[in-house]
Amino acid sequence: MGLGDSVKDSLRQWTLAMGGEDLDERLRGNRSENEYGVDPFGFSLDYALSAVGPLLWLYKHYFRARTFGIEHVPAGRVLLVSNHGGQLPFDGMMIGCAILTEAKPPRVVRSMVEKWVGSLPFVSTFFSRIGQIVGTPENCRRLLEADEAILVFPEGVKGISKLYAQRYQLQDFGLGFMRLALETKTPIVPVAVIGNEEQAPALLNLKPIGKLFGMPAFPITPYGLPLPLPTKYRIYFGEPLHFSGRGDDEDAELEKKVKVVKGAIQSMLEKGLAERKGIFF
Amino acid sequence: MVVVTGISGNLGRVVAKLLHRTERVAGIDRRPFIGKPKDVEHFQIDLRKKKTDEVFRRLPVKAIVHMGIMHDPRMSAEDHHSFNVLGTTRVLECAAKFGVKKLVVLSSANVYGPSPENSNFLTEEAPLMAASRFPSVRDLIEVDMLAHGFFWRQPSVETVVLRPVHIVGPTIKNAPSNYLRLKRPMTLMGFDPMVQLIHMFDVGAALVRALQPGLKGVYNVTGPGEVPLSACFRELGARPVPVPHPLARGLLSTMFRYRLASYPPEELDHIQFLCMVDGGRWRKETDWQPAFSVRDTIRAVVSDLS
Repeated sequence: MGLGDSVKDSLRQWTLAMGGEDLDERLRGNRSENEYGVDPFGFSLDYALSAVGPLLWLYKHYFRARTFGIEHVPAGRVLLVSNHGGQLPFDGMMIGCAILTEAKPPRVVRSMVEKWVGSLPFVSTFFSRIGQIVGTPENCRRLLEADEAILVFPEGVKGISKLYAQRYQLQDFGLGFMRLALETKTPIVPVAVIGNEEQAPALLNLKPIGKLFGMPAFPITPYGLPLPLPTKYRIYFGEPLHFSGRGDDEDAELEKKVKVVKGAIQSMLEKGLAERKGIFF
Repeated sequence: MVVVTGISGNLGRVVAKLLHRTERVAGIDRRPFIGKPKDVEHFQIDLRKKKTDEVFRRLPVKAIVHMGIMHDPRMSAEDHHSFNVLGTTRVLECAAKFGVKKLVVLSSANVYGPSPENSNFLTEEAPLMAASRFPSVRDLIEVDMLAHGFFWRQPSVETVVLRPVHIVGPTIKNAPSNYLRLKRPMTLMGFDPMVQLIHMFDVGAALVRALQPGLKGVYNVTGPGEVPLSACFRELGARPVPVPHPLARGLLSTMFRYRLASYPPEELDHIQFLCMVDGGRWRKETDWQPAFSVRDTIRAVVSDLS
């Protein structure tokens, strides 16, 4: 894919320099790849180790991310549920970097991406090779049953395209993730990210223009494009929440449980916002 | 006695060869059966014709393997539809009328259709969406649904519908095999979907396995694994030519119209989006495993039969 072998190799060295020389072995241990270096979903550790170099740089030096409570991420199947914001999904990538380098054992997080991503050239292939997949319930169920760590943003597009004035106000959560957690008996780790929702302060969202390009949103920042500013990232992992019940329970029943998760994220957000001294440091 | 429809095709011959030593085999195909084993009876007739009934009346048919389904994109849509749908209807009628115990119908995982919104592994319950973007597979879906309906309507006949992934083989001339044989294949810039291939001998073995008494239902049949399309071309030493996808569609439809390309532009969906299936149910219920590795399956398109 486009990347020349030498570029690929130096990116890989860069990743290992930032993530630890033995990152490769520590990750490879429990993954199933065929003779072509991919797992059935198209994830390639080799490709990913080259591709995450720039993201790890962003994590360490641009957003200067700090994590709290990473020990709450268990080793088996887990659903990470986070707030979402900042126009471009750097929050997802940074949570991925945190778990890739700081969790014990280090893990590859697979996130559920918007369906329209599948129709984008380059992006669709890139996401697939680094382990991100189209967010259908079947995909999520299959991966949880394979004891993977899945990241979901129940706020969805409404979350990521929040305007600056709505920052850190959790939008409505979908119920899908709770259904899957109950069905597969998966613990939920609430995650609060701070910094993401200020990285690209959107003043308005020109949805009709977005529609024209087949995009779910079209944010306008004071400097035009929704590129991220170097806000300071703080990523809080809460204690795992275990729910019991049935995946096909009534919505009202599921909503109660979702409220618990949302509450946990909300209180971590408030605590984090109170603790920090500023947006950029 | 097992009746094999479409016996003169590549897969038909494979199935005939696997079966004829243990079962009496009769073939129905409007094409002659070249290289027919001596103990196979061949009826060179059109499946749609009344004569088909004669075969069933005369012979003690216990089972049917139905793969008399045509995929030639060059035939007119009407011929296609008539041959596939009427042929299948005739087979189903005969199965019901002449007390056949077992019916195995070869469908295809293509009936689900490639789409950017597909789950990575579609199960047998997934809706058959292929026709929404690709009208020429409409009759293949109809064949699948006819067989599926028959499964429910005629519980006395054990009906098995197999939906294998892309079948490849040295003599196979379907779109995926032809495409993989190209030295400078066109690919879509920025798209490299995961694909599933299965060797024609593995499909032949699966069709024979489906004859096992007691087995019935709809099954996806997957080969040895999943690979990115680009890995297939690397394995085969081909050098793909990436073309931006909006351009590719226009180009291919023009080329197809002037007969410079052998696939219709809708086939591009297969090299742009996912259409993979979960073959777990079939493997669990039959213990069937593909005999060919991923590498051998990919290489099958360029290997000699010998």
